[in-house]
Amino acid sequence: MKDISIKELENTATKMRMKVIDMIYKAQSGHPGGSLSAADFLTACYFYDMNVDPKDPRWPDRDRMILSKGHVCPIQYACLATLGFFPEEELDTLRKEGSKLQGHPSMNKCPGIDISTGSLGQGLACGVGMAMAGKMDKKNYRVYVVVGDGESQEGEIWEAANTAHKYQLDNLVVFLDVNHLQLDGTTDEVMPNGDLGEKFKAFGFDVIYLDGHDMAAIVKALDDCRAAKNGKPKALIAKTVKGKGVSYMENQCGWHGTAPNKEQYEQAMAELQAQLKD
Amino acid sequence: MMSELKKIATRDGFGEEIAALGHENKDILVVDVDIGKSCKTHQFRSELPEQYINVGIAEQNGAGVAAGLATCGKIPFVVTYAVFGSLRMAEMIRQEVCYPNLNVKLACSHGGVTPANDGASHQCIEDMGVLRTFPNMTVIMPADYNAAKKLVREAANTYGPMYLRFTRDAVAQIYGPDEQFTIGKAKQLRDGKDVAIIANGDTVILAIEAAKALEAKGISARVLDMHTVKPLDVEAVAACVNDIGKIITVEDHNIINGLGSAVCEVVAEMGKGVVKRVGIQDQFGQSAPYERLLAINGITVENIVSIAEKL
Repeated sequence: MKDISIKELENTATKMRMKVIDMIYKAQSGHPGGSLSAADFLTACYFYDMNVDPKDPRWPDRDRMILSKGHVCPIQYACLATLGFFPEEELDTLRKEGSKLQGHPSMNKCPGIDISTGSLGQGLACGVGMAMAGKMDKKNYRVYVVVGDGESQEGEIWEAANTAHKYQLDNLVVFLDVNHLQLDGTTDEVMPNGDLGEKFKAFGFDVIYLDGHDMAAIVKALDDCRAAKNGKPKALIAKTVKGKGVSYMENQCGWHGTAPNKEQYEQAMAELQAQLKD
Repeated sequence: MMSELKKIATRDGFGEEIAALGHENKDILVVDVDIGKSCKTHQFRSELPEQYINVGIAEQNGAGVAAGLATCGKIPFVVTYAVFGSLRMAEMIRQEVCYPNLNVKLACSHGGVTPANDGASHQCIEDMGVLRTFPNMTVIMPADYNAAKKLVREAANTYGPMYLRFTRDAVAQIYGPDEQFTIGKAKQLRDGKDVAIIANGDTVILAIEAAKALEAKGISARVLDMHTVKPLDVEAVAACVNDIGKIITVEDHNIINGLGSAVCEVVAEMGKGVVKRVGIQDQFGQSAPYERLLAINGITVENIVSIAEKL
């Protein structure tokens, strides 16, 4: 665990959000809504919890981060660049020809990406495989998988959950980003998910409910997950706001995969700037 | 030639070799999806429990778990039937195995119409076609028991996504135990000057028998075992075009997008030569004896001979 205060983590998350907006504005393409809803969790993981080495991105003992909802990769790119996995200037190349920063993350193009994703529902199974390998090799690394609530409509998520339970993968943490929105509307309209926490409990997970934007709660949940070496995989059911931090994007389906124009960009950056604490 | 020996299914060759490989290298794993007994992983499972994973009837997940394991340096063999390994898992293989170019092997029994009595749902005639269109994927179908063992070993020792297709039913033995195989390099089983017969998997024996029958009629046939459909041995195909100019392809797969199509791609670009394709006639099968299913589609020694005579 890195020595960093909650306030510093909160400010870091705001800075990561600014990078996300900047990146997507410059690319005029990308997914701001989900990137902002997962921003606090990824910030806590990368700047507080995870053991990673920017100089050795494939270090075998590293903790792994999988964005099963791969379209929110701008937030992961922001974290990786800030940690020094690649030069920050490269954030300006998002979605451009020849870039490390593909529209959906590619492990062979971008250092720090542990598995390529983009097709929803597939990341958790990959995380299960990584966590299994960790158990086989008696390594202590942990595997984090960010899954969207809309994404949990994919059947493969539950196949993988079964497997995590069978193989007692207490080194696996699923972060359920419950922002209640998916591309075509609210999750309740498109396909009601019910209580995802109860579902994961039924699949044998330790479940923690939390506010996905409460940094202290996220840090505590990460600590609790590390401490609970009880053979049970973990699910963090995080209530989040899609577009969190930018007023006009919050809870708006339309900001799933749309880039801001100049005026919107300036407003978003000003709003985020104002959220930075002294 | 050892075709007088008893027939053995190539899935048995896989089962024995994967167990041997597992003892030699602890990073070699089996990922089963509940049909391990049928796909012959029981020896591996009982002798190497620490290297054995069974994810249940959840093929998509099986492919993803294997991808995750491969990122950690493991060499997982995902074991199922061809129809599930190529189609149920297809998108996971594309996204999480081929795109990241991970060292995952798909070892699939029940290729072609070899699960004859099971009917059309379990016979798989599309797999090699689908999988050869995925970048980074290697597609292999061994012709017999010894070829299966050798090619499984080659696959384990060669980096990259690979699909290996085996037979459910017993097939003739063609090769001795000391025969060597190289992925992507065809085996020439006979030389000839009048026609080239290019086959793979369970149809190689038909190509050999057809060549013998043609010899009696004064027609000399070259026979190639094209065990690797991708990367195709383009040189061997080109040599058939340049030396002979007349090719018959034979496969237990849809004539669309399988071995015949792959050979035609090479021949068409050369701008000379003629190809006739023998294979499944773009139709679903039924529960019937294996030989009958082949015959319904014209995959017989007699048909190969008749086509060769008219070429």
